[in-house]
Amino acid sequence: MSDPMSSTPGGPFLSVRDLRVHFSTEDGIVKAVDGLSFDLGHGRTLGIVGESGSGKSVTNMALLGLHDSRNTTIDGEALLDGQDLLTAPQRELERLRGNKMSMIFQDALASLSPYHTVGRQIGETYRKHTGASRKEARDRAVEMLAKVGIPQPELRVDDYPHQFSGGMRQRVMIAMALVCDPALLIADEPTTALDVTVQAQIMDLLKDLQQETGTSIIFITHDLGVIADIADDVLVMYGGRCVERGTKQEVLRAPQHPYTWGLLGSMPSLDHPVDVPLSPIPGAPPSLLNPPTGCRFHPRCAFIEQVGDGLCADAQPPLEVMDGRGAACHLGPAQRVEFFADFAGIQPN
Amino acid sequence: MSSTTPPAPAASPAPAGAHSAAPAGTPLLEVSGLTKHFPVMGGFPIRRRIGAVQAVDGLDFSVAAGESLGLVGESGCGKSTTGRLITRLLEPTGGRITYRGQDITHASRRQLAPVRSEIQMIFQDPYASLNPRQTVGRIVSGPMEINGIGPPGGRERRVRELLETVGLNPEHYNRFPHEFSGGQRQRIGVARALALEPKLIVADEPVSALDVSIQAQVVNLLQEVQRNLGIAFVFIAHDLAVVRHFSQRVAVMYLGRIVEVADRDQLYGNPRHPYTRALLSAVPEVAADDAAPPRERIRLAGDVPSPLNPPSGCRFRTRCWKATERCGSESPPLVRAEGSGEGHLSACHYPEDVAALTESKGSRGTKGVTGSVDLEISKEP
Repeated sequence: MSDPMSSTPGGPFLSVRDLRVHFSTEDGIVKAVDGLSFDLGHGRTLGIVGESGSGKSVTNMALLGLHDSRNTTIDGEALLDGQDLLTAPQRELERLRGNKMSMIFQDALASLSPYHTVGRQIGETYRKHTGASRKEARDRAVEMLAKVGIPQPELRVDDYPHQFSGGMRQRVMIAMALVCDPALLIADEPTTALDVTVQAQIMDLLKDLQQETGTSIIFITHDLGVIADIADDVLVMYGGRCVERGTKQEVLRAPQHPYTWGLLGSMPSLDHPVDVPLSPIPGAPPSLLNPPTGCRFHPRCAFIEQVGDGLCADAQPPLEVMDGRGAACHLGPAQRVEFFADFAGIQPN
Repeated sequence: MSSTTPPAPAASPAPAGAHSAAPAGTPLLEVSGLTKHFPVMGGFPIRRRIGAVQAVDGLDFSVAAGESLGLVGESGCGKSTTGRLITRLLEPTGGRITYRGQDITHASRRQLAPVRSEIQMIFQDPYASLNPRQTVGRIVSGPMEINGIGPPGGRERRVRELLETVGLNPEHYNRFPHEFSGGQRQRIGVARALALEPKLIVADEPVSALDVSIQAQVVNLLQEVQRNLGIAFVFIAHDLAVVRHFSQRVAVMYLGRIVEVADRDQLYGNPRHPYTRALLSAVPEVAADDAAPPRERIRLAGDVPSPLNPPSGCRFRTRCWKATERCGSESPPLVRAEGSGEGHLSACHYPEDVAALTESKGSRGTKGVTGSVDLEISKEP
């Protein structure tokens, strides 16, 4: 399986193959993630983009082993530096989480404990994984707060989360996630709840820290603009599957999947002419309880006729990946180029 | 409330589609010096007023008939409060709101009744703003019921028409909100707002709770409604790209004040207030093509100060790279800066001039301002 999405020696650092996460609920089985494969190279940033319910967060919770095993079945393989995360015992995962891999959540206020000072919360992870003393942990917390750009860290280390603003709290979260110099950082919509000026600060911070430490990042977002700013590689998810992947330039400049075209056409931008209406995707995202047959996007797709033979409704298009680039669509390569050109032509661009 | 006709004295209630000809010059809605301070109580043993959140502090703007005004700003800047003041869901602390020449600042419920049927609101959360125990038919006909309006052909027929206008199936008349997706629910909210043929709709973040692909559907719908029915909009949003797409005129708010207001093209093309410029440069974007010069990047340090105790003078000065002593002592008025176009007002002592800059330099580069702003912050009183 040579998939040079990462061109670093030694192959990809994280390699996910045919990941399936199914939840059993009262109404039936929800196939939240259904056959997802991707690779992440050392020091690279993979942007996962998709709408709510596309399975972006579920994927990453599965990697960290955060799902409740009583109602979740997880299949597939996820190798982090050769070690399978999906079959690893709880104890092993506990050793990895916060140490080799860590996560930043969207809602920093809900993810921090209101009862403990931020210094203690940052130091807790550090002490657990390194066995450091309280004093050392506190010094490390101060150092981390300084690193993420919190002014007067030696004073703020004894503050409680409610004493910080939204952007500052997100910085504390980042400090906590990076305290053990993890090799993999999963950021789940870390800037969605923030204002644009603060969002820009946080993204700059993440980029700086990545340069400094060489951490690989999985960045989950629904905003293609954010992807354009931060990602190296992009994975577009729809209905629990990957519909398109490639480098940022490939996916944003020459997207091959009609869903990606739709996403681009739905986004108003600061450069588009204003009198052209947006071109939204008709319909609504599918229910994962009872997903459409064949290509999951086909009920909303404008190109079923061009494929013909009812193929889109019958057969699931395979995701053929060449050099880390691929799209799961029945349209042929020439058709994809042609139709995207048409689409871009009517696009205000 | 016995009358069966909507009380619209001067202009006859125009049918849909032929609405545009409002008397030129007189704004539909005029707001001057509008202020809202929320008292903060505290103290022991006797609770008393210990301060005030200055949510909105001296706003001046107007909305012409059929025009869409965008109100944009970060969280806590007072844009939602402004929307609620215009619709009089909140009682203003000071200032004046005039609707078609009538002062409604402190009008009583009874006086407001006819005005309220002409000013409608669309809310952010389509899950919280529809009564789960009422059918769609009942929700949309509610405003007509309350105002005792019986349209020709009956209310049910009107509701079905409205559902069709907003792109829903009229057969859904008897369904309940939970049977619809988020985007469809927001359409129900739009239908309800249209039920009384309003002249002004205040839309408070109408698309921010929706997914990207659905968001575009609703933006297009609102735009159609605005153009075809000639309804004036106050469009409140934090997303600058959406506001640009929807609004003809845009006002940028910061900490309870308008810092800049202008026609869309002027505001986005030649922002004069440093905050507007920084805000625009912070929007992450998929660039039109690789060859285009990288967009200007201005990174503001710090956060928005507390509205409990806003900075003196210009409220943006604590994050501004141009701030001087004058900014701390003297509050800049909202005026037309030198070189600005007609109707382009900004509140800054040292207005930006991006247009001139772009012409002279040819390309826009990165501005290394973050460092200097840090200095500004440390000398904060």
